[in-house]
Amino acid sequence: MPAQPEPPVGCMPMTKLKVLEAVAVSHYFDVSRPFLQRVFTREPRRMLRAVDDVSFAIAPGTTFALVGESGCGKSTIARLAVGLYAATDGDILFENQPLSSARAQPALRRRMNMIFQDPYASLNPRWRVTDIVAEPIRAFKLATGSADIQARVGALLAQVSLTPRDGEKYPHEFSGGQRQRISIARALASEPDFLVCDEPTSALDVSVQAQILNLMRDLQQRLGLTYLFISHNLAVVRHMADRLGVMYLGRIVEQGPAEAIFRAPRHPYTRLLLDAIPDLEQVGRARTPVGGELPSPIAPPPGCAFHPRCPLANARCRVEKPAHTTAGDVQVACHAVAEGRDA
Amino acid sequence: MALLEVQDLTVEFPGRRGTLRALDKVSFNIEAGEILGVVGESGAGKSLTGAAIVGLLERPGRIAGGQVRFDGQRIDNLPPEPMRRLRGRRIGMIFQDPLTTLNPLYTIGRQLTETMQTHARLSDAEARTKAIGWLDRVGIPAAAHRIDAYPHEFSGGQRQRVVIALALCADPVLVIADEPTTALDVSIQAQIITLLKDLTRDHGTAVMLVTHDMGVIAETADRVAVMYAGRIAEIGPVAAVIRHPAHPYSDGLMASIPSLEHRVDRLRQIDGAMPRLDAIPNGCRFNPRCPRVFDRCRQEQPELLDAGATRAACWLHAHD
Amino acid sequence: MLARTWNSDLAYNFRTSPVALASAALALILIVAAAFAPWIAPHDPTDVASLSLMDSFKPPLGMADAEWSNPFGTDNQGRDVLSAIMFGMRISLLVGFLSVLFAIVVGVAIGLLAGYAGGIIDTLLMRVADVQLTFPSILTALLTDGVITAALPRTMREGLQIYVIIFAIGISLWPNFARTVRGSTLVERNKDYVMAARVIGVPSWRIMLSHVLPNVIGPVMVIGTLGLGLAIIAEATLSFLGVGLPPTQPSLGTLIRFGNDFLFSGQWWITVFPGLTLILMVLAINLLGDWLRDALNPRLR
Ligand SMILES: Nc1ncnc2c1ncn2[C@@H]1O[C@H](COP(=O)(O)OP(=O)(O)OP(=O)(O)O)[C@@H](O)[C@H]1O
Ligand SMILES: Nc1ncnc2c1ncn2[C@@H]1O[C@H](COP(=O)(O)OP(=O)(O)OP(=O)(O)O)[C@@H](O)[C@H]1O
Ligand code: SF4
Ligand code: SF4
Ligand SMILES: [Mg+2]
Ligand SMILES: [Mg+2]
Repeated sequence: MPAQPEPPVGCMPMTKLKVLEAVAVSHYFDVSRPFLQRVFTREPRRMLRAVDDVSFAIAPGTTFALVGESGCGKSTIARLAVGLYAATDGDILFENQPLSSARAQPALRRRMNMIFQDPYASLNPRWRVTDIVAEPIRAFKLATGSADIQARVGALLAQVSLTPRDGEKYPHEFSGGQRQRISIARALASEPDFLVCDEPTSALDVSVQAQILNLMRDLQQRLGLTYLFISHNLAVVRHMADRLGVMYLGRIVEQGPAEAIFRAPRHPYTRLLLDAIPDLEQVGRARTPVGGELPSPIAPPPGCAFHPRCPLANARCRVEKPAHTTAGDVQVACHAVAEGRDA
Repeated sequence: MALLEVQDLTVEFPGRRGTLRALDKVSFNIEAGEILGVVGESGAGKSLTGAAIVGLLERPGRIAGGQVRFDGQRIDNLPPEPMRRLRGRRIGMIFQDPLTTLNPLYTIGRQLTETMQTHARLSDAEARTKAIGWLDRVGIPAAAHRIDAYPHEFSGGQRQRVVIALALCADPVLVIADEPTTALDVSIQAQIITLLKDLTRDHGTAVMLVTHDMGVIAETADRVAVMYAGRIAEIGPVAAVIRHPAHPYSDGLMASIPSLEHRVDRLRQIDGAMPRLDAIPNGCRFNPRCPRVFDRCRQEQPELLDAGATRAACWLHAHD
Repeated sequence: MLARTWNSDLAYNFRTSPVALASAALALILIVAAAFAPWIAPHDPTDVASLSLMDSFKPPLGMADAEWSNPFGTDNQGRDVLSAIMFGMRISLLVGFLSVLFAIVVGVAIGLLAGYAGGIIDTLLMRVADVQLTFPSILTALLTDGVITAALPRTMREGLQIYVIIFAIGISLWPNFARTVRGSTLVERNKDYVMAARVIGVPSWRIMLSHVLPNVIGPVMVIGTLGLGLAIIAEATLSFLGVGLPPTQPSLGTLIRFGNDFLFSGQWWITVFPGLTLILMVLAINLLGDWLRDALNPRLR
């Protein structure tokens, strides 16, 4: 596997600009029982490999999207990318500096922020909305004086289709979608240029989702924002992504320009994913779920982790982990693709 | 007689600056074995409708008018204790916010077994086996190991599935599912949907499915209600509402769905925002954003009118 | 703000719960009687000059020779029992409140630190709390009180005694607060709103104080209320055993001890009325605490 991923499209190969780069990053959770219990039951330590040897790079002003099944490690990558978790293994670089040293400098730290998945847990229930949105403004001293802060908060709330008067309320007075917009306003408050968006619109209805996605693209065009965009909704990803990474059980199994992957998906899992999308045209159709056992991240299947559910699996897949092969600008980790059995 | 009948349900929040009416005369029925989809703008009152039916309105919110009948009996005026029993046993509630259902201090195994044991006589071992079975059915991998984990150790989507298992494990007759699949990717979504459909087919369970995922609605629901600003804008068979929406709002909603087939520069959006509850416009609530607005819309509020296959609250369908 | 408080779940629950209303009313009456004792008590029990042995051992109302000026009778020195109770409650409540406050400050700080820092700090602090919890809290208070009193120079003992008692009782109660706060902190610190603050680099101590603390304070109020009852009883017990407050600052416990000597010679009122007051006070406080616990528990909905 190449240590350095291919540069993103639309970016001169010579310059190799990147805002964020992950090099062979892994993150394990210790899910063992408490020590004493383990001694009595003679259980071994159990590690859950939430993220396993993942590499990618994001060029300025572009969107790198991650898709994949629930529980495959998307949120864990998001948290690694902003330094909320420390990687068990591998390096994360922000503006070519190790993330931990970048985060030690307020000027660089200000430039990254995150939108969280769960609109209920991400707002402090005891704080007024104004204070929630003003927190980054105060933390980075972007405005001083309460009138100034109020004005900024009002403008941010208006940007996400809420009104300045909503600022006096507490989070519990809002619906799920309205809360998510508050959370987006807070993320924009520090004027970041790298935003990690963990399912920013999955709590929103389609019409508000359209407004938010349009807003995010406008901001990107106007301010040159860079996004790490996580979603399980492929249609949304298609709308937003420049590059795309498809995750399965902690690994990126296919990555490349989003257009190329949507046009010609190569990894068997990516194909299944694209087939499993519900279709508005087919009212009442019974969808065939991706068959087979759901694999356990604690004891992943040997070889290619996807083999128990893969229609193209053969003996080699059951023992040997596939390496990433590069075809054009797309990297795929699959024996069938490497052997040309996938056609 | 339908299993659930909701008639003119009105919910109000009395407050400092006067009373906010968050639901205004909402009426619909759900038959046994039927799935009613509820869609609509964020803040339209979908969750509130579900909460009002099961008597879990947050103070100071209260039911200010209308009736809710479950299995022929009025339940909107039940005292808290019988309501709680009903909710645990015959009505299963899947909340949009997983944290209202999950106690962060207990393992999910304990929460599941306790729920089952209050409804059926089960030994601890039986309950545990059943709990693992339920976790399996909702697609938690390595269920036998993960059963002793605490809620915060699960991913967003896994937490949502645990909540689903909790709501279904007591074999309810009516399930009110508030955004049960928002955090789930398509393949697990499919599994949950199959589970819900199996329940309706095999046990005649009725489901009220609140979601903004039109794909899920298209596949699962028999009928669909579109809500806007505390009222039902349109209600009818799912195919008709999706293919030939009669209400301009439903029409805009269908058009803002991003498509997989082609990428557009901007998604079509309905401009403007839903009115705040303290500034509901006169006449039709949608009129400031409606592309087809005309005079009458600004003066009179439309009730649900026959509009071909569906019923829509829109003056375009008045024939007088 | 007022409207919001009045309309909140808690206020509604309070308005509609007869137990809560009754116990709050009782507690309020007792607290008012104690707080305003110097102005509303019929006599001043601290004014030794006004005492006269002529008035000693007057029985309470309802018995022969009772007088309206001493509704609960008088003691061996002719002191009005009702007034003595009102002044005694002052001291009991003061000691109770201050020692619970002390325990809250110590317990909450330790609980937050243990829960938020985790790891070895957590293990150490919680081990200490666990060990202390295996002893009855009154024993801890007795020991602490004994050790500190012995360490103080004799001349300072009387003046400092009240602070020593507050410290001793406070120390005996902190583990309850620390454990609860640690439990809730463990849960809160994993929530996304804490993560959001960490992403922008808000320092840990600020997150603990401004984000976590407001969200873990609910259970503290419950334990604090229940702890107030415990603290008042602890103080009474210490005073009853004679290691509590000096006779110049008689609390309810001191009154009960003095009265005890006359219980069998027929002057039961000297000890029974302070005893009843103590029971009523602790009962009202505990009922309030129980109600608060149920009202704040979302699982009971
Ligand atoms: N604190 C934790 N302790 C133990 N395991 C964890 C913890 N957080 C996450 N996990 C596990 O790590 C795996 C990846 O979790 P993650 O939250 O990254 O998934 P995800 O891809 O974001 O899924 P979703 O779409 O459901 O949010 C899951 O199997 C999850 O159970
Ligand atoms: N406790 C409350 N006090 C005041 N207003 C409230 C309260 N709870 C809800 N509301 C208001 O009632 C309206 C309906 O809220 P509801 O949660 O039902 O929306 P929803 O349709 O479920 O939206 P979403 O899809 O975003 O979850 C919203 O405008 C909300 O602001
Ligand atoms: S490596 Fe084998 S099992 Fe894995 S995806 Fe490719 S063909 Fe399927
Ligand atoms: S009644 Fe008028 S404003 Fe309302 S939806 Fe119909 S056309 Fe539009
Ligand atoms: Mg996630
Ligand atoms: Mg909702």
